[in-house]
Amino acid sequence: MRKAGIYIVEAIGVILALLWLAPFYLMFVNAFKTKKDLFANTLDLPKTLFFDNFTVAADKLDILRTFGNSILITVVSVCIIVFFSALAAYALQRTKSKLSNLLLFLFIASMLVPFQSVMIPLVGFWGKMDMLNRGGIIIMYLGFGSSMSIFLFHGALGGISKSLDEAATIDGCNKWQTFWKIIFPCMKPMSVTVAILNTIWIWNDYLLPSLVINRPETQTIPLKMFFFFGEYTKQWNLALAGLTLAIVPVIIFYFFAQKQIIRGITQGSVKG
Amino acid sequence: MKKKHDIYYYLFIAPCVLALCMAVFVPFIFGIWYSFTNWNGIDTPAFIGLTNYTHLFHDSQFWLSLLFTAKFALISIVSINIIGLALALVVTQKIKTSSFLRTIFFMPNLIGGLILGFIWQFIFIKAFGAVGDLVGASILKDWLATTETGFWGLVILMSWQMAGYIMIIYIAHLEALDYELLEAAAIDGAGVWQKLRHIVFPLIVPAFTVSVFMTLSGSFKLYDQNLSLTAGGPYNSTQMVAMNIYNTAFGENMMAYAQSKAIIFFIIVTIMSLVQVYVGKKQEVEA
Repeated sequence: MRKAGIYIVEAIGVILALLWLAPFYLMFVNAFKTKKDLFANTLDLPKTLFFDNFTVAADKLDILRTFGNSILITVVSVCIIVFFSALAAYALQRTKSKLSNLLLFLFIASMLVPFQSVMIPLVGFWGKMDMLNRGGIIIMYLGFGSSMSIFLFHGALGGISKSLDEAATIDGCNKWQTFWKIIFPCMKPMSVTVAILNTIWIWNDYLLPSLVINRPETQTIPLKMFFFFGEYTKQWNLALAGLTLAIVPVIIFYFFAQKQIIRGITQGSVKG
Repeated sequence: MKKKHDIYYYLFIAPCVLALCMAVFVPFIFGIWYSFTNWNGIDTPAFIGLTNYTHLFHDSQFWLSLLFTAKFALISIVSINIIGLALALVVTQKIKTSSFLRTIFFMPNLIGGLILGFIWQFIFIKAFGAVGDLVGASILKDWLATTETGFWGLVILMSWQMAGYIMIIYIAHLEALDYELLEAAAIDGAGVWQKLRHIVFPLIVPAFTVSVFMTLSGSFKLYDQNLSLTAGGPYNSTQMVAMNIYNTAFGENMMAYAQSKAIIFFIIVTIMSLVQVYVGKKQEVEA
């Protein structure tokens, strides 16, 4: 009796999973159809595999350069966020003072501010400094991403004994050496979590880059996709091929790093 | 006695503090000032008092967007939490496919809202239409062409995406449950529903609070999915607050006026967050 119950639960789970995958499946199979085939048989498998959609979409999306832009902005921003947030959290957690408390409070309070509430003056202010470019967006990502990252590192530091710092000081390390050689390596699991959370956010971000990155040759995937989709909205086979090209690398990455990703999300959401 | 704040302290905090000020605090303070001016993005702003805010009270599109957003948030919270909890209950059973199912349900969260909205635009317009032809259901035709189908389209998209995220939160709490308690209840003859109702649900109340507020703030700030699925159409009737602010600022170039909307938006979101903190604190005391 109990055995049967488990099989029913398993069957329900699998049916739900197929339902969850259906949009991806429909996108994928229709990306291989000709315009006529897609129009006549949206739900069937393609009659013949029509690869031209992908070559046209790859060309229109300038796919290699666009991916390169996304990778560049994401990797540089994430490295900067992980390093500087760990550094700031280290200073704030190890030095107990009114200033540290105030700064930590300000970082956490800034998480309450929705992006839409600052975006208009943000564009005006950074535009005046001539910083609406890739260098600018990386600094903005540090500003918007450091709050949650510092909060997570601050929590992790609570679990790292202060006697480590003292031992390092006795051995002649200054504070920078203590951080870089002892504390930062100890926080590696949290660094992975912080890196994953920020990567998912920055890789997929559309609104901020749309306001900051103006030159077509520096556009990221979401930006390029927006213009591409607008241009080919009546040619679903092309549009879907473009979407498939953008999604497949993410899904491959997910299947390789899913353990770390799920753990990172759990830590991030339970603490946030 | 050494000084508390040495040069290292200031060097270590400087990059994050400077970036935070430049990205959030300076624009925020300027934003409050701009909302009382006639700033258009180019000329020097002049103080005009509360004109933007009084204008705001007669802006029916803004209130329609706010109402649409509130309705959407309410329905989404219910739907996402029910589906998310159901998924969590399924994958925490002793089934073989447990970790595979988690992977699948969570997958949409790794892909940007903009791209997910485009995929669903295809599903609603082409695939729904094709299924409608197949089974002869006219209710599946012409999705996203009306306000109602646009609304439900957004609800379906967000439920599909966020349920897997909320599932992760419920899983974390479900797996911390004491299974001896459940087995003892089973021995005493408790059925599945009785176990859920009297043991599982009371113990995961904290997860429930976190999830409700997370879906609330996610739904309220929604922009990408709104842009790519309906773009606010037909006739701005599915335009949510975030898009209304964006369009006022960058579509109509009324920067100061849009900023006054952004300030109202900030106040609403802050009140919701403070209520969350209050409810969370109260639960901690009761627990």
